[in-house]
Amino acid sequence: MLRLIAPLFAFAVVAAAPAPALADDYVLVIKEHRFQPAELTVPAGQRIKITIDNRDPTPEEFESHDLRREKIIPGHTKGTVWVGPLEPGAYGFYGEFHQDTAQGKLIAK
Amino acid sequence: MLGSALIVFREVLEAALIVAVVMGATRGVVGRGRWVSGGIAGGVLGAVVVAAFAGAIADAAQDRGQELLNAGVLLAAVAMLAWHNVWMSAHGRQLAAQMKQVGHDVSVGAKPLSALALVTLFAVLREGSETALFLYGLAASGAGHQSLLVGGVLGLAAGAALGVVIYRGLLAIPLGHFFTVTGWLVLLLAAGLAANAAGYLNQAGLVPALSSQVWNSAWLLRQDSWLGTLLHILVGYNDRPMGIQVVFYLVTLFSIYALMRLFGPARPGRPAPTAQSPA
Repeated sequence: MLRLIAPLFAFAVVAAAPAPALADDYVLVIKEHRFQPAELTVPAGQRIKITIDNRDPTPEEFESHDLRREKIIPGHTKGTVWVGPLEPGAYGFYGEFHQDTAQGKLIAK
Repeated sequence: MLGSALIVFREVLEAALIVAVVMGATRGVVGRGRWVSGGIAGGVLGAVVVAAFAGAIADAAQDRGQELLNAGVLLAAVAMLAWHNVWMSAHGRQLAAQMKQVGHDVSVGAKPLSALALVTLFAVLREGSETALFLYGLAASGAGHQSLLVGGVLGLAAGAALGVVIYRGLLAIPLGHFFTVTGWLVLLLAAGLAANAAGYLNQAGLVPALSSQVWNSAWLLRQDSWLGTLLHILVGYNDRPMGIQVVFYLVTLFSIYALMRLFGPARPGRPAPTAQSPA
C-alpha cells in the first residue's frame, strides 16, 4: 500500500525547489516566557529565516496560526523557522506553553 | 491547574478522536481492543522517548528533524488508513453480513487491525510527546506538582471522555450503513492528516506553499474555536489553508477513493446494488 501511495506524495516533494537561498537572519529570544522583541519587523515578499533562541530552561512551542507555523523549541536551544514570502501586514504568534506571557507579532513591510 | 488541564485536553482530544474513529472502523472485529490498546501503549512509550530526545530531534536534518518526523508520522498514518479503507471496501460488506448473522464479533485477518493499531500509535505519539514536553516545562518552572498532576489528569480524562462520546455516537449508526459512514470518516481523516503533513513539509522548506492562503473562512468558523478544532481533527477543516495543503488533501482523498473503487465492489455513500453475503 505504501508503495502505491508514496509516489502520489513524491511528485509534490520533487516538484518543490527549496526556496531558502539568500535571506537575512532574524532572531527572536525567549526569556522568562516572553518574546524579545515582541514585535519583529521583516521585509514582505521574501522568504525569511527566523532563529528562535529559547534561553529559558523549559521547552516552548512557537505557534502562529497566522503564519501556519508550529515548532517546539526545547529549553536552552535554538530553532529555525522559515516564513514567507509574506504579504505586508501583521502576523501574530505565541508560545503555546505560556500563552499568558509569550505573545508577539511579526510585521511584514 | 486549569491552564494545564486545558492544554492537555486539547492535545489528548486529537488522539482520542482518532482512536474513536479507529474503534468505530474496527467494530465487530475480534481482538481489536487488544490491538488498539497496544497501539495506545506503544504511542505513550514513543511519546516519552520523543519528548526526551526533543533537542536531538530538533537539531537533526539541518534543523528540520521535528518537521520531518511530524510529516513522516502523519503520512505513515495516512498510508495505514488508506490500506484499511481499501481492505474494507473489499471485505466490509462480508464483515457486516457476518456480524448480523452471528450477532457477535467476528474474526478477520489481523492485517488491517495491525495497520489501525499503528494509526492509534502514531496519533498518541504525536500528541503525547507535546503533552509530555508541556508538562515537563510546567514541572521544571516550579508549578506545584500536585496541581500539575491534577490538571494533567483532568485534561486527559476529559479528552478521553469526549473520545468515548464520539465513539458511542458512531455506534448509534445502523449496522447496514455503519461501515459506509466509518469508511467516509477514515477517508476524510486521512485527507486531513495529509494536509497537516503538507504544512510540516512546507515548514521544512521541502514543498512550496503554492499559495500562502487559498481562502479565508475564519469569519465563518475559526479553526482555533472548539468546533473548528473538532472539524480540523476529524475532516481536516482549515480556515486559511496553503495551496499545497489543498493539493495534498484532494490528491489523498481521490487516490484512496480510486483505490477503494478499484479493489472493492462497494462504493462508499451508496449501498451495494446486489448483496453478496455468504449466507
